[in-house]
Amino acid sequence: MPLLSVTDLRTYFHTRNGLYRAVDGVSFSVDRGETLGIVGESGSGKSVTCYSIMGLIPQPPGRIESGSAMFDGVDLLRCSPATARSIRGKRISMIFQDPMTSLNPYLRISEQLIEPLMIHETLSKKEALGRALEMMEAVGINDGARRIHYYPHEFSGGMRQRVMIAMALITRPELLIADEPTTALDVTVQAQILDLIRTLQRDLGMAVIFVTHDLGVVAGLCDQVQVMYGGRVMETAGARAIFNAPQHPYTQALQRSIPALQPKGQELFTIPGLPPDVSKEITGCAFAPRCSFAADLCRASRPEIVESQPGHSHACIRARRGEINVAEHCSPENYD
Amino acid sequence: MTENILELRDVRTHFPIFTGFLVKKQTGSVKAVDGVTLSVRQGEVLGLVGESGCGKSTLARTILQLVPTTGGMVVLNGRNLGEASREEMQLCRRDLQMIFQDPYASLNPRMTVFAALAEPLLVHGICGKSEVQSHVEELMKLVGLAPRFARKYPHEFSGGQRQRIAIARALALKPKVIVADEPVSALDVSIQAQILNLLSELCTGMNLTLIFIAHDLSVVRHISDRVAVMYLGKIVELGPALDVIDRPSHPYTKALVSAIPVPNPDIERTRKRIVLAGDPPSPIDPPEGCAFHPRCPHAVDRCRQAVPPLVAAGPGREAACIRLGEIS
Repeated sequence: MPLLSVTDLRTYFHTRNGLYRAVDGVSFSVDRGETLGIVGESGSGKSVTCYSIMGLIPQPPGRIESGSAMFDGVDLLRCSPATARSIRGKRISMIFQDPMTSLNPYLRISEQLIEPLMIHETLSKKEALGRALEMMEAVGINDGARRIHYYPHEFSGGMRQRVMIAMALITRPELLIADEPTTALDVTVQAQILDLIRTLQRDLGMAVIFVTHDLGVVAGLCDQVQVMYGGRVMETAGARAIFNAPQHPYTQALQRSIPALQPKGQELFTIPGLPPDVSKEITGCAFAPRCSFAADLCRASRPEIVESQPGHSHACIRARRGEINVAEHCSPENYD
Repeated sequence: MTENILELRDVRTHFPIFTGFLVKKQTGSVKAVDGVTLSVRQGEVLGLVGESGCGKSTLARTILQLVPTTGGMVVLNGRNLGEASREEMQLCRRDLQMIFQDPYASLNPRMTVFAALAEPLLVHGICGKSEVQSHVEELMKLVGLAPRFARKYPHEFSGGQRQRIAIARALALKPKVIVADEPVSALDVSIQAQILNLLSELCTGMNLTLIFIAHDLSVVRHISDRVAVMYLGKIVELGPALDVIDRPSHPYTKALVSAIPVPNPDIERTRKRIVLAGDPPSPIDPPEGCAFHPRCPHAVDRCRQAVPPLVAAGPGREAACIRLGEIS
């Protein structure tokens, strides 16, 4: 049984300017110890998916219209607030994109680090501080005994993200949700943080949902990859399959737009048009208006996501019918 | 054709730090740019890369004289900008334009696209009021925006479109040099590619000189002719884009290139990476000798003694490392 299984999640925002279908029928599951990567451009609904699971959607204007998120037998979307509180921060933790704004500037790091422990476990403050120090060491902050009493502004961006990770992992969660944890960091620091998440995941045996827009990060870290677009899942497969044999035209287009994979001196491949406006009802495939393979039937009805091979599902009608094969346009060998 | 349009000679930009409440005393300075010598040829795209805090944005602002230089010279077309009078500077500004990182913050929300694009034309007297309309339409077409959007406000556009407006505004005065400070970092991959294509097209079409600042090495590799790598206010490596990024010679460039995740699981999981320890040191109190030595895997005692100069390292290449021959 998977650790977390989300089925048909729909999170809509009812605003004055209309109805925004931010997440529109998303299903996925994560096994214990597994890493799932959620990839998509901004506005594709990847963050809202995570926020919905964590119960962090402001309601109103947001509303979870349908779906379930079963975590070890408990439906996170429907359980009582008390049950949700006992799971959130204890068995599921989250780290956010911006380490500058997600720490409280008025409190010392020590106060913030031990907070989840004081709430979820019966420990004395001294014991909790001991655990916090261990955790500071585990995330690679030297001289922890002194620096634990610092305020957030005394740390650099990379160090703050380490503090965030320490805070998320101090209760030894079974699932870590990381929402673009390295986007605001430099590449050299990003490499350190990715290494750290990889090591800690191995040591603690936790599952990770890693949200990012960077396909490069996904390639090194994730077992399963889910590609999202316009609030829907376009393709889900193992990391190797997503890169070497994608079946959905959007996955292929996303890969082809990475500058690193394109020969220098030529014009870069671009996806024509703009990302979809989720405030309008999309009847057909969300990607159809920008897809070079789109036919009339793509615009007629919404394609379901169907498993085409074991562990590989996608939502492209034409690929399923065998009319198109996008994998042959994708050649990672181009990389030199 | 190959004359240097822009020259930087030992440019230094330091920001003083004051302490004290009533009596302020200067106790130090942030050495954001600390001795940069660089020449840019007409029609060239020069990529400038480095981590945050290495001084690349300050260097951009120094070139445009938006911050005063502490030392050294910025020479545009043979004229030292530091000594130019107000009137001369006004004329030089026509030749030197900037595109900023955040298209959400760099456009005035109360000005329509038309007003934003007409302003530089009128201020610099490029055209009379009667011709403004046609000039603005031409500019909009140049950057791929339909002229019917001219009466819209910035908030009605997406990030990519806003960056196109910012580019049109920079092009309005037909400049010779454009400094683009992270123009695509705030955009999604698919939109990024569109803006990069537009910039390369404009550069070749109008023989523009572009100084392209970014932290994303793969973007810089694609668009630039030459690349300069900065670390803590100094250039540590300089050379043709493909050489520097595919075959880096300075240990810092090596680490920087190695830190980029490769979008291919087979390569990414097996390749050997150099993971640097720690953060870049503070530019208030940079380390003695080579600024990179505390994080460098090849550092020896000699590295701590003197600041290494940029020395030739292959055809058209320079690097600031005294152990180049020993470590490659």
